[in-house]
Amino acid sequence: MRQSIHRRQFLKLAGLGGVVFASGLAGGAKFARAGQDDFYFVQLSDTHWGFNGPLVNPDAGGTLQKAVAAVNALSFEPDFIVFTGDLTHTTDDPKERRRRLAEFRDIVKGLRNKNLRFMPGEHDAALDNGQAWKEFFGPSFYSFDHKGVHFVALDNVSDPAARIGEEQLAWLAADLGKQAADARIVVFAHRPLFDLYPQWDWATRDGAKAIDLLMPHKNVTVFYGHIHQEHHQMTGHIAHHSAKSLIFPLPVPGSQPKREPIRWDPAQPYRGLGFRGVDAEVQKAEYEITEYPVRKA
Amino acid sequence: MKLERRRLLVAGIAASVGAVFGAGAVAQAKEKVIRVTARKFAFLPREIRLTKGEPVVLEFVTADVVMGFNAPDFNVRAEIIPGQVSRLRLVPDKTGTFVFLCDIFCGEGHEGMSGQIHVVA
Repeated sequence: MRQSIHRRQFLKLAGLGGVVFASGLAGGAKFARAGQDDFYFVQLSDTHWGFNGPLVNPDAGGTLQKAVAAVNALSFEPDFIVFTGDLTHTTDDPKERRRRLAEFRDIVKGLRNKNLRFMPGEHDAALDNGQAWKEFFGPSFYSFDHKGVHFVALDNVSDPAARIGEEQLAWLAADLGKQAADARIVVFAHRPLFDLYPQWDWATRDGAKAIDLLMPHKNVTVFYGHIHQEHHQMTGHIAHHSAKSLIFPLPVPGSQPKREPIRWDPAQPYRGLGFRGVDAEVQKAEYEITEYPVRKA
Repeated sequence: MKLERRRLLVAGIAASVGAVFGAGAVAQAKEKVIRVTARKFAFLPREIRLTKGEPVVLEFVTADVVMGFNAPDFNVRAEIIPGQVSRLRLVPDKTGTFVFLCDIFCGEGHEGMSGQIHVVA
């Protein structure tokens, strides 16, 4: 707890103070369990290693390395780092897909923190049902516990039709069934679980089924990627927070006819790109999100 | 056992009809039919012009891979399967320009695979 307070004070003094999002229905403070402690994790998303588009990101071959350096330079060591999908840019060539996954894996080995959690995005996994991705990073959906929070990583991309699927939903139901109603639950996903903007394919076909399973739990927060920008929305008492990309930003949903990457601005390089730190205050079920740029302005 | 097998057979037929035609997709006489070809990575035609309240049957074909047609503003979608004709009946209930897109990730150019439905009064 003391470290968390120090961290927050430091961030505020450094002008980096984040925005605090309360999770669901937590209010009082009766929640106390063994192993519970406040902690800090980092979310990186949509690195799209292998992307080539000079008008969109002329430093596509160097942005990920800069992000690795920026995470290593954080003033506070995160407990873990999660990558919420689209590690690589899609390719129809299975050999090239594996080459990109291998290069990505080798670059992120440069992260000082070795407690890494990976998830696939549709660019990594949709063309072979996640086969190549799993060869490198293991199961595409899983759960783990960390200092009083139950984390669930969902795969809503390996099915090219963007379905979680009945098998995984049954697994999720069983996994959540072991959790108390007031358990602190954080879900990682690549696509939004709700219909954010289906006109741009920003949805999960059966995401509502996952949300239905999560609804009986009072304290649920979802962190996801896919839309290459920060976005915050509630579905009932469940908070959903999307992350920026590390390759190119996308427009605000529905703000223009087509979902096309925002062009690189030489006057403001790396604008709209970044990663986030999440300060989890477990007892209050609050998550303070601090957005970091790839490179300091 | 026989009864169970028959039930399964009936369920299977119902499922396959649903997959090919979609709900309410049976073409009525005189209804306009528009054929849409999906290929990597475009729909042809890209622009579909309809009249509000006038039923239309969209027929989808592809020679490539499994794709999807999704028009979220009308809450309709269809699976497009190589070697099959998928049909979708649509009665536009509003005017304007609306997006349709492929909603099955089909390759490197998938994210640009979309078009527009223009509905006039």
